[in-house]
Amino acid sequence: MVAARLRRDHRCISDQLKSRPQRWEARTPRRGPHDPYLDGHGRARRRFGRGRFYRSREDRLIAGIAGGIAARIGRDVTVIRIALVLSILVSGLGVVCYVLAWLLLPVEGSSETIAARAISDRQGIALALALAPVLVLVLLVAPVLHASFATSWGPPLLISAAGLILVFRNADNDEQAWLVDSAKALLQLEAEPRQSRRSFMVRLGTGSLLFVLGICVIADGALSRSWLRPLAGTLLLIAATVVLLGPWWLRLARDLVRERQARIRAEERADMAARVHDSVLQTLAMIQRSADQPLEVAKLARAQERELRSWLFEGRAPGSFGAAGALTLSAGVEQIEREVEAAHGIAVDAVTVGDSPLDDELRALLEAGREATVNAAKWSGATSVSIYVEVEPKRVSMFVRDRGAGFDSDGIASDRKGIAESIRGRMQRHGGTAIIRSAPGEGTEVELSMPRRSGHP
Amino acid sequence: MNPTGVPTVFLVDDHHLFRAGVRSELGEAVVVVGEADEVSAAIELIAERLPDVVLLDVHLPGGGGKAVIEAIKPSHPTVSFLALSVSDAPEDVIAVIRAGARGYVTKTISGPELVDAVVRVASGDAVFSPRLAGFVLDAFASMPPGTELPGPLDPELDQLSPRERQVLRLIARGYTYKEIARELTISIKTVESHVSAVLRKLQLSTRHQLTKWATERRLI
Repeated sequence: MVAARLRRDHRCISDQLKSRPQRWEARTPRRGPHDPYLDGHGRARRRFGRGRFYRSREDRLIAGIAGGIAARIGRDVTVIRIALVLSILVSGLGVVCYVLAWLLLPVEGSSETIAARAISDRQGIALALALAPVLVLVLLVAPVLHASFATSWGPPLLISAAGLILVFRNADNDEQAWLVDSAKALLQLEAEPRQSRRSFMVRLGTGSLLFVLGICVIADGALSRSWLRPLAGTLLLIAATVVLLGPWWLRLARDLVRERQARIRAEERADMAARVHDSVLQTLAMIQRSADQPLEVAKLARAQERELRSWLFEGRAPGSFGAAGALTLSAGVEQIEREVEAAHGIAVDAVTVGDSPLDDELRALLEAGREATVNAAKWSGATSVSIYVEVEPKRVSMFVRDRGAGFDSDGIASDRKGIAESIRGRMQRHGGTAIIRSAPGEGTEVELSMPRRSGHP
Repeated sequence: MNPTGVPTVFLVDDHHLFRAGVRSELGEAVVVVGEADEVSAAIELIAERLPDVVLLDVHLPGGGGKAVIEAIKPSHPTVSFLALSVSDAPEDVIAVIRAGARGYVTKTISGPELVDAVVRVASGDAVFSPRLAGFVLDAFASMPPGTELPGPLDPELDQLSPRERQVLRLIARGYTYKEIARELTISIKTVESHVSAVLRKLQLSTRHQLTKWATERRLI
């Protein structure tokens, strides 16, 4: 029990850390190229996706199982969904398998399964076992009534129901909230109360009527042509399903689209914040520093104005690589060298081994690297910064090092946007990693690593 | 080295201001025995004064630093050369090293670091700047697997050992020998011997690539 609770607490913390990158930065252990937290995060997840089955967080209608399978075997999720639905229609076994998968597969990014938690949930197990007498009853009564569908569908449905009880009681908080929301939507308990209550009753009535009719027609219809019977029955069943569940599915789909859009917007906002931080906020800081030199201030302001204009009206992001800027990695590094030397009056020694054309990932690497260099120029107090970039077949590494003041990386305030967003967040959004090693008096080294897209030999 | 134990240094650079700057940066730690601003004068004066170390600009009127080394090295093997330059094309730097320079540093190097480099070269060690380390890594790495070599590949000379590669990487990242020794938990002497070994390979390797590589820096 205690162990289970501890595990749950641990999970909560790691969830929080995930959703709030800055806080996570602040707690980053001081030194550690080998620290599992630092190194593993982005990469561990990717490895996960390739090696094991998991339930998808993003692509999910119910439990995310189809999405997980699709990600694992590299097929389109719709194909998997159709296959799943077909397997469920053919026999009840499909439902059981689905519920079992729900219990036994961890959700993406976590390693704990619902089943692991359900084992210690005695009440839930008792509730699930309470369905056993019902099962026995069905198996006893069905043959008497000649209801063959009940004998074939009863056991799998009841087993699934037992599984679902355990799932619902032991899912983690996010998932539970999501399930409750969907269930409410299904029963239309919340949305537009007055009107929809009546329409819900109408729907329920019509749907149930159609459903019963369909069952009756299939079971023993009075229609003379025997092949018409199953056809009519099936049509009626489908109509019943549409009437009963249609609005729910529509709403679910709408919600999914909305959620996806919100996520994309949030990512765009984070990118934009990083850009503004790199350009406008940096310039403002420099203007404050040189407030007693009007010429310098005017120069800085003019340069910033030009940059902002070209961003807002020509769509060229400030200091962008590619487009009008550098086209290869080594040219990008030289661009950083030039820009930082010009803006901060510090010597930048850049060494590049190998070269590669720029893609989005490498552009993000350069942007993070520039941010690290600017940080070194502004805060370290050192007279020079070293940049080392090496292109390897599988990845590109970039090291930015100064021999300046250094800092206690445990003590960085969580609002220090520079490291949190511009460097680490940026790298992680593109599948890379950032490791920062620093101690007071020993200088700072930022190590960035970006896997290379397969596509280049 | 002269009896006081302070290395004697000769400056060869075509910029008067730069020579003056280096002179003042070197200060008391070394004895500057002379300077020259072009190749023939340099050859003449070096042969006459026999300094421990010649600080040599890679680009010089009248043939470049390479010409000075080639003229002095055979007749005066005790004179060591340390190449010094702003930021040059890799092929020029590699050429000076292959001609016999014991090291290469950029002109942005700080005074104390320059003194350190001079002392190191005077005592027979090799000095690599981050940039040179990068050049060497590039030169020894840029052979795509399966490339036909003109002659048989000599692993002793034509390949870097993993440890040497590691040391060069750290130099390229801006680590000092001391920091490298700490990072790899080896002694500074071992770091020095790795660097000297790399220098030897660089000078003796017949790798086709080393001479051609700079022009063919391919995008991998």
